[in-house]
Amino acid sequence: MAWTKNVLRVNLEAGTCTTEPLNLQWAQDYLGQRGLATKYLVSEIDPKVDPFSPKNKLIFVTGPLTGTMAATGGRYSVVTKGPLTGAIACSNSGGYFGAELKFAGWDMVIFEGASPKPVYLLINDGQAELVDASHLWGKTVWETEEIIKTQLQDPQIRVASIGRAGENRVLYAAIVNDLHRAAGRSGVGAVMGSKSLKAVAVRGTRTDAYAPANPEAFFAATEAGKKVLAANGVTGQGLPTYGTQVLMNVINELGALPTRNHREVQFEGAHDISGEAMHEKRPTDGKTNLVTNGACFGCTIACGRISRMDPGHFSVKDKPQYHGASGGVEYEAAWALGAANGVNDLEALTYANFLCNEDGFDPITFGATVGAAMELYEMGVLTEQEVGFKLPFGSTEAMVKLAELTARGEGFGKVMGLGSKRLCTKYGHPELSMTVKSQEFPAYDGRALQGMGLAYATNNRGACHLRGYMVSPEVLGIPVKMEPQATEGKPAMLKAFQDLTAVVDSAGICLFTTFAWGLQDIQPQIQAACEGDWSEERLLLVGERIWNLEREFNLAAGFTKKDDNLPPRLLKEPAQTGPQKGAVSKLDVMLPEYYQLRGWTPEGVPTAETRKRLGV
Amino acid sequence: MQKSLHLDPNKCTGCLQCEMACAWENHRSFTIAKSRIKVFTFHHEGRFVPYTCTQCDEAWCMTACPVDAIRLDPVTGAKIVLEPTCVGCKVCTIACPFGTINYVASTGKVQKCDLCGGEPACAKACPTGAITYVDADWTGLGKMRQWAGKTDTNPATV
Repeated sequence: MAWTKNVLRVNLEAGTCTTEPLNLQWAQDYLGQRGLATKYLVSEIDPKVDPFSPKNKLIFVTGPLTGTMAATGGRYSVVTKGPLTGAIACSNSGGYFGAELKFAGWDMVIFEGASPKPVYLLINDGQAELVDASHLWGKTVWETEEIIKTQLQDPQIRVASIGRAGENRVLYAAIVNDLHRAAGRSGVGAVMGSKSLKAVAVRGTRTDAYAPANPEAFFAATEAGKKVLAANGVTGQGLPTYGTQVLMNVINELGALPTRNHREVQFEGAHDISGEAMHEKRPTDGKTNLVTNGACFGCTIACGRISRMDPGHFSVKDKPQYHGASGGVEYEAAWALGAANGVNDLEALTYANFLCNEDGFDPITFGATVGAAMELYEMGVLTEQEVGFKLPFGSTEAMVKLAELTARGEGFGKVMGLGSKRLCTKYGHPELSMTVKSQEFPAYDGRALQGMGLAYATNNRGACHLRGYMVSPEVLGIPVKMEPQATEGKPAMLKAFQDLTAVVDSAGICLFTTFAWGLQDIQPQIQAACEGDWSEERLLLVGERIWNLEREFNLAAGFTKKDDNLPPRLLKEPAQTGPQKGAVSKLDVMLPEYYQLRGWTPEGVPTAETRKRLGV
Repeated sequence: MQKSLHLDPNKCTGCLQCEMACAWENHRSFTIAKSRIKVFTFHHEGRFVPYTCTQCDEAWCMTACPVDAIRLDPVTGAKIVLEPTCVGCKVCTIACPFGTINYVASTGKVQKCDLCGGEPACAKACPTGAITYVDADWTGLGKMRQWAGKTDTNPATV
């Protein structure tokens, strides 16, 4: 069976670790990972709970394909009620941690309560214990991993931890595993910090915990899947060579690259911070920013960027700890740290990205918040006195300084740690926060790409690109080409993408496979791994069920139709340049149709019939 | 023709498909802790290096074994651990200069790469060609070709 059927429940208040059997009916209804943990969370917490209350829970969860030879089968998710949004939060990460949890024999770890003192959870196969982490509190993610490995004399242990951002409850703090892979968005790391849980360290050596239900069919299906990934232009060529950064110039030329807090849709410095630029030799030291590409566990795509900075760059000149190779910028991070605030210095972006990994915070929300703060500064609302230094658009020094301050929770970094919604509200201009449900947009303009605008507005975890990637049809022509400005057919396509994505996120594999894989490629792998009949129809129903369960949680938490909205800038201020010039979001045209297709009332509430059909 | 595993770190991405394939082949489990091939990450250098037994011609593990539990497979050239004979004394793990023969506590025996009887699962699973199974006499052929390509034999372009 592809599930280990074991759940580890950790009560941080009592300091106890107990084992319980996985609810197999829920596994059949929600598959695993995102879906399954959401079902547990929704069943166990009050949707109105304060995210930082000990009554909120934090779940680390794997999927049935995690820790298997299915390509990209190494994913895990962290599910909780998020402090940035107040909505369901579910952040997905790669690296090696998720598979190790499975090797140790666990599908899921549920943390409840809050520890009276800093602790970390140590899992050694079936043994789990809470260990004092007083000596780790105040340490970065990088230091924490090194100290744990050294103290336990086990270099093969895998660690997921929070840095100072999570400890300081930066509202978009991440949980970082394997030094540079992150459950990045919605502030799951801050919830971990609120529970005084510094890290989870796992070593898994069991051979009897799980196995595919039908090995022969499993290898046939996974090998076929790998061939499809290798033959595809995006997953076989584009992503290994340029990473997600393959998009920077493409999106800019399309006029869909939000620039300077979404005031513009094209960035004159796009090439300087692109995937292509990472391959170019620096004039300063003759070396390239990119050292190599790297893979997460089981991944045959290998889109990860491993970068090395110019040691002479002003940001790291006297800091040798940043002179080695580490996780480089992906597209979303390069956009947020660069275009969103007008900075075109690739080395500075790389340094800020290192800091995001080192101290565990989300570069998307951070960079977008820098952009919002810069706009307030240029308007004269934020002053040099308040910030401590000048903060104009395009200031590399200011962006870098803010990254350092935010990680440490010092000075203006404290305000930065609130995210743009609270920052802009504090200074009287909530409309300048480029967010949905208080979470910042990623790197695609919701005016320029109508489907992405709808995706942002309806996303259960606030604005994000990973729950219905309409860039695929609107830019890449996958699975069909849709014109960026068209609205026709977009709600239906988005619904299909959202439901399929929920399946992928619940299976243990990476969403990036879907550049090449359709459900027809994924279904045989799940079918061979799991007991039971997992037809394509059933999987899509599982995806739809997950989407609606998340929606019900948000509605119960107090969200309404008015939260399925975009900032006025996207609805009223037309794009000024490029192929999408003149565009504003036509959300009002698409949203009613989307609700209807979802089987929701005009107020965005699932009808009794929909609830019955999905069993939510 | 004798073949040998050829490891090319420049092509390795650290995906660990090889480790899972090895563990599955020998333990019917994907748990990489049981793999006989390991990929090492040198994070600050941005390098991933696969490493396993190179099947020494003069195999010190085989010489050191007091019970003759390590034998030569004449077809593949692999040095193979005979599990029923192995007494788990671990002397071979001391004798091996490279660390590629290791004790398995759960079985009480040692394990090392046996080339899967001539069809190494790691090479089959590697998606980038970092692990290949090639003519043992010509493991340098790829590098030779690479350097050969850099020689300029066309004077017109000088």
